[in-house]
Amino acid sequence: MNLLSVQDLQTHFIFRDIDHQLREAKALNKVNLTLNSGQVLGIVGETGAGKSLTAQSICGLLRPPAKIVGGSVTFQGRELLTLPEDEINTIRGAEIAMVVQNPRSSLDPLTQIGAQLVRLHQTHTGGPLAGSRKKALDMMQAVGIPDPEGRFTAWPHELSGGMAQRVLIAMALINEPKLLIADEPTTGLDVTVQAQILDLLNELVARFDMGCMIITHDLGIVAHYCDQVAVMFAGEIVEQGPTREVFLTPAHPYTQQLLAATPERLQLGVKSQLGGQPPDLFNLPTGCLSQDRCTLATEKCGAPPPLIEISKGHLARCHFVKPAEKGRSKSNE
Amino acid sequence: MSELVLSTKNLSKRFPVGRSGSFVNAVNGVDLSIKRGEVLGMVGESGSGKSTIGRTILRLTDPSDGEITFDGQDITTLPTKLIRPMRKDMQMVFQDPWSALNPRMKIGDLIAEPLRIHFNMSRSECNDRTEVLAERVRLSADFLNRTPSALSGGQLQRVCIARAIATNPKLIVLDEPTSSLDLSVRAGILELLQELRAETQAAFLFISHDLGTIKLISDRIAVLYLGRVVEEVPKDKLFSDPSHPYTQSLLSAHLPSDPNETLQRLTLQGEIPSPINLPTGCSFHTRCPVAINSCQSNVPEADEISPGHLVSCLRLKDGQNIIRRDLK
Repeated sequence: MNLLSVQDLQTHFIFRDIDHQLREAKALNKVNLTLNSGQVLGIVGETGAGKSLTAQSICGLLRPPAKIVGGSVTFQGRELLTLPEDEINTIRGAEIAMVVQNPRSSLDPLTQIGAQLVRLHQTHTGGPLAGSRKKALDMMQAVGIPDPEGRFTAWPHELSGGMAQRVLIAMALINEPKLLIADEPTTGLDVTVQAQILDLLNELVARFDMGCMIITHDLGIVAHYCDQVAVMFAGEIVEQGPTREVFLTPAHPYTQQLLAATPERLQLGVKSQLGGQPPDLFNLPTGCLSQDRCTLATEKCGAPPPLIEISKGHLARCHFVKPAEKGRSKSNE
Repeated sequence: MSELVLSTKNLSKRFPVGRSGSFVNAVNGVDLSIKRGEVLGMVGESGSGKSTIGRTILRLTDPSDGEITFDGQDITTLPTKLIRPMRKDMQMVFQDPWSALNPRMKIGDLIAEPLRIHFNMSRSECNDRTEVLAERVRLSADFLNRTPSALSGGQLQRVCIARAIATNPKLIVLDEPTSSLDLSVRAGILELLQELRAETQAAFLFISHDLGTIKLISDRIAVLYLGRVVEEVPKDKLFSDPSHPYTQSLLSAHLPSDPNETLQRLTLQGEIPSPINLPTGCSFHTRCPVAINSCQSNVPEADEISPGHLVSCLRLKDGQNIIRRDLK
């Protein structure tokens, strides 16, 4: 059984505009993902592709006008989307934890960091206060905060960006979650600190046998820290598979363009073909969503592209993708 | 015209901290030089003084110490009145194009602004030149009558670049021109900049924290740490022969997007120290894996280990400057 399985997840923003017209922005369109314990999945895509929204939809953190209009999210065999709020609350923060992008604004500025860790442990695990305190100190140690006893009474403003991110990871891990979602965990940190944080995440995933989802736009992070990668475009996962396979033999034209836009490839004289605007979410084209930006696009692309399994676990949503062996083509449409 | 467009000697910049009497030592004795048609890349972590150097050499802030020579003329203490007309030869592209452009002005007027200020051009001349410039940066002429809010980040950065090249400057400082942009538009801007450097023969100072970008566009690279240049290296030697321990650790933290490239793990402990209380001696000794006692007291001098490759490290002499690595 997969730890997390997302099927055809659709999240739309539904609101009335200034003229009281009902408007609907189709931000997530059929997101399919699977994640197993001990695995690190990277989600990449441009701004507005729906990476963070996917994470928020899984965690049930959406507020109106965002609304999940279809699909299912199964975590350890339980359907999350239909759970009542109080049951979600017992899972979120305990079994599913999240590390968000901006560590400083995610910490309560008026509470010492030790107290924030203890509070989180008390809320979900409970037990004697002394036990929570010990757990908090252990966690601070585990994420590499020097002098945990001394830092226990530190205020968030006294921490550097890297330290604040470590505190946030400690908070995420204190209840020993099964699934960790890290939304741009190192954006805004320096490269030498980024390496520390990513090494730490990788080590903790192995130690606690968690599933981990890293949302990023940095292809370098995915190439070296993720086992699996999912490429998002316009609220859709256009390609998913083992990282090495996707990076070395990208199947979807968009993935190919994305990989060709890295400085390393440009160095080799590859011309970047990536450009243009993503489609209008209010008025999505029928058929393939990337047809306006795709160099291969033909009339055929006016029909929705099938999800094709190229090899085991490597899927792409495109009319032009061929399965590696004949007779193994599989369409989920 | 002299070949050397810009050189600095012992450039320093300190910012006072409130009334405490202490200072943020942003730049501490930097010697740089850029020739005509050359791209000098400047790389370093946040707080290493990259942007301050960029602003100081254009005299957007005044240096605390040292000399700046631009196009053969000492401009260190030149009054603003005399600097202003020189600015047509030195231009800057900022990191965030959204805040670099006046939101109430039309794109055409924004591009024409430097022309009006420096060349006193007539309106029709301005319009012609603006159209040429817009086409040069591959911006559709339809945008010239729009305001910045109608353009995407990549398009706005093209406007900023058009403004910078409008006066045919001799030096363009690019302060992280691509880091606020999305992956997909970043490549386009980098391609444009590469074309322009060949075409304009202007000197570029390219500031970035991304080694991939720096390597792509620069001829030489200066690696900064706490306001000092620790290594200055020709581009082809940066990845093959990094000689300062900090450069080596910076490179090892760089994640190439090719999963086949093995990472040479060399994770530094701790974070960059506060520039208010600079470490004594070599500023890197607090995090350096090969530091010895004398690193705490002696400031290393730059040694030229091969043509154009300067390294400031005390351990060069005994050959212990290379950190042993474990292959992952």
